[in-house]
Amino acid sequence: MAERLSPLARFTPVSADDLRIAEIPFLTQINLRVDPKSRAAADIGLALGAPLPTEPGTCTSAGADVLWMGPDEWLVVGPVGDGLEETIRTAAGTAHVGITDVSAQRTVVAVDGPRSRDLLAHGCALDLHPRVFGPGRCAQTMLARAQVVLAAREDDGFRVFVRSSFAGYLADWLLDAAAEYLPEGTVTSR
Amino acid sequence: MLLIPCPWCGPRDEAEFHYGGQAHVAYPENPAALSDEEWARYLFFRDNPKGRFAERWNHTAGCRRWFNAVRNTATNEIEAGEVTA
Ligand SMILES: [Zn+2]
Repeated sequence: MAERLSPLARFTPVSADDLRIAEIPFLTQINLRVDPKSRAAADIGLALGAPLPTEPGTCTSAGADVLWMGPDEWLVVGPVGDGLEETIRTAAGTAHVGITDVSAQRTVVAVDGPRSRDLLAHGCALDLHPRVFGPGRCAQTMLARAQVVLAAREDDGFRVFVRSSFAGYLADWLLDAAAEYLPEGTVTSR
Repeated sequence: MLLIPCPWCGPRDEAEFHYGGQAHVAYPENPAALSDEEWARYLFFRDNPKGRFAERWNHTAGCRRWFNAVRNTATNEIEAGEVTA
């Protein structure tokens, strides 16, 4: 039987008091394009448990996570294989809506702990202070020159969505940048 | 590095954007009726002012939307971006 390998399957998670880094592989990710003022958008919001967020750079987490990607574009993220696409398709019916499974496009790195902001700030030009980028905020931007989607969660937690082919590079960069926040010997040079 | 105001995402680093040249260059209404010179002027000839210049930008590393912004070519000051269809 073929084994399914995530982009960061070889990455050893980091777990220290102030900082934890680990991949959350195989999440279901659906790209959604729909006119925010349409009936279909309202119906999809209802099915997902919260209206689609229309304020730029925000996300909702009622059932699935729904991240604002653009004025008519969202990224809907849910657990592995939970029929998210079907839920959205059923709610959209025959309306003019674009629903695309992009689960394999990016993998997700969870960066958690009180040092998460300091770590990400090493390679991100955005102001990540909780006053500006607190829970419920998300952004598409560059982290260490790689395109990412950043989502801020409760308790200093972040989800970093990174293209599969950039995941190895970004994980290496995160480890390197994290060296000062981790106990001696956690990061070994290769 | 320029800080470019995306009308959707707010101010972001220049590195997140792709330049789209002069704004408000309309596609010819009847391209077939154009002479070679007129077509070349439409394709290749652009204003090159010292001062305010309306330009197109795409927020490639962000929301991926096109927008117009006015940049002062002498000082690089940018006036707030404007949403385009
Ligand atoms: Zn933008």
